[in-house]
Amino acid sequence: MATAQTRTLSRIMMAPAVIVLLIWMIVPLVMTLWFSFQNYSLINPMMTGFAGWANYVYVIGDPSFIQSLVNTLILVGGVLLITIIGGTMLALLLDQPIWGQGVLRIIVISPFFVMPPVAALIWKNGFMHPGYGMLAHLWEFFGLQPIDWFNQYPLFSVIVIVAWQWLPFATLILLTALQSLSEEQREAAEMDGANAINRFYYIIMPHMARAITIVILIQTIFLLGIFAEIRVTTGGGPGYASTNIAFLVFRTGILSNDIGAGSAGGVVAVVIANIVAIFLMRAVGKNLDA
Amino acid sequence: MARAASIQTRIGFTALAWGIALLLFAPILWTILTAFKTEAEAIASSPTFLPQQFTLENFGAVQDRSDYFKHAFNSIVVSLGSTLLGLAIGIPAAWAMAFAPTKRTKDVLMWMLSTKMMPAVGVLIPIYLIFRDLRLLDTLHGLTLIMTLINLPIIIWMLYTYFKEIPVDILEAARMDGAELYNEIVHVLVPMAVPGIASTLLLNVILAWNEAFWTITLTSGKAGTLTAFISSFSSPQGLFLAKLSAASLLAIAPILLMGWFSQKQLVRGLTFGAVK
Repeated sequence: MATAQTRTLSRIMMAPAVIVLLIWMIVPLVMTLWFSFQNYSLINPMMTGFAGWANYVYVIGDPSFIQSLVNTLILVGGVLLITIIGGTMLALLLDQPIWGQGVLRIIVISPFFVMPPVAALIWKNGFMHPGYGMLAHLWEFFGLQPIDWFNQYPLFSVIVIVAWQWLPFATLILLTALQSLSEEQREAAEMDGANAINRFYYIIMPHMARAITIVILIQTIFLLGIFAEIRVTTGGGPGYASTNIAFLVFRTGILSNDIGAGSAGGVVAVVIANIVAIFLMRAVGKNLDA
Repeated sequence: MARAASIQTRIGFTALAWGIALLLFAPILWTILTAFKTEAEAIASSPTFLPQQFTLENFGAVQDRSDYFKHAFNSIVVSLGSTLLGLAIGIPAAWAMAFAPTKRTKDVLMWMLSTKMMPAVGVLIPIYLIFRDLRLLDTLHGLTLIMTLINLPIIIWMLYTYFKEIPVDILEAARMDGAELYNEIVHVLVPMAVPGIASTLLLNVILAWNEAFWTITLTSGKAGTLTAFISSFSSPQGLFLAKLSAASLLAIAPILLMGWFSQKQLVRGLTFGAVK
């Protein structure tokens, strides 16, 4: 059916999308690479020229880098752990015969539609504020000393906020996958005498594996770039305690106006994202074939 | 459900599910309630559940302090503008890939998806400098352009999965009847594709509305969207919890309503059609 004419036509129709995405992908990335090897500071315009690996040495050699890298991994890992386990359990619960399932779905998904700065500020001021936050009231009710969450446990606090936003997403996707599992299959297993635990391991989990992989993939893409939640709560602090790679690049490049070092950090972020992407694409690909 | 669940189990599961759901919803509910309290009541040492002194003055104060309507207008322009522009570019591309697939179509789709994996910070600095030099910083058209680019892969993927489900025979039949390509698109494809396009539009408006990296880094005062508007409340100034709650409610209410209507499409859109 693909005549020469339709082929030319479909190329023309795809051209705008392919061209803009190609430009979007290549031009800024090449510029980031270029800047990362230059002495380029907006504060000190006299300093120019080729820098070699100096920017990379400066960024990676700084203790803040290792800390940001570790923070990034803890942030992504922690949120994934909470949302996957919590999401699976919540999806299994919502799949049970319960009253008001439709309304429940809507209530549970709501946090996902709250824009990141709002989510962060609601938690920061309404819940985690040591003076008038809900948690402070709760602690006082039990006669405990209220916790100054963002100073004492900055990274943990950010993880809680981000997990609150993404748990609904994981739940919704996993619930959708769960509901596509055929009823006959479950009933057959039940008839054959498989108990709840066996049914979970041999019927439900294999069916859910693909959906879980997809949730991990998509969430990782977004979680590597967590920014607004940090920006409006801790500002990356105290010190670098809640700075991830994304925020470190922003701090170095935009706040400190060091274009060269910021770009080197940006390149490192791209490399990390690519490692994760390759790893995850392979996992998804394997799952898709099976 | 054919499963013979006893009434007790059903009550138990229902209670548990509602309990957890309300716990998850608590921050939003609390924000809604606080928005209608006075500042003094909002931070009272013995907190109240329902507003004792119902007031609307927080909303007025928020408008006076940071001009909600200007930011809301900016959010509407950027999210709707970028989605419409994305659809204009994405519909032809998705159409071509769905109805005239070649050997390379799958690769092209995967490549488009991979552009979405590039971390924004990797290109923040060049984009920032290009925008500064072209005087695009803090402008609505600059922001709309970026938002179009970051959502284009999702738009194309979503449209592709919807277009794939349109029976090809109908298009062939129209072609047999001598329909011109233009007519084929306008009179045959569009009516069948409208639901898919509408879902794509809805989801991408939501995503663009909530986007909080580029909207914060590339704007300051003039073109600030609601994400920037809320971020301006990040440093507390005196009594402000009730005002913050009012501002938050104003920023999330429209999208929360849209989200409730589009939750089914959300699954398909954000999993790139892998889970339906």
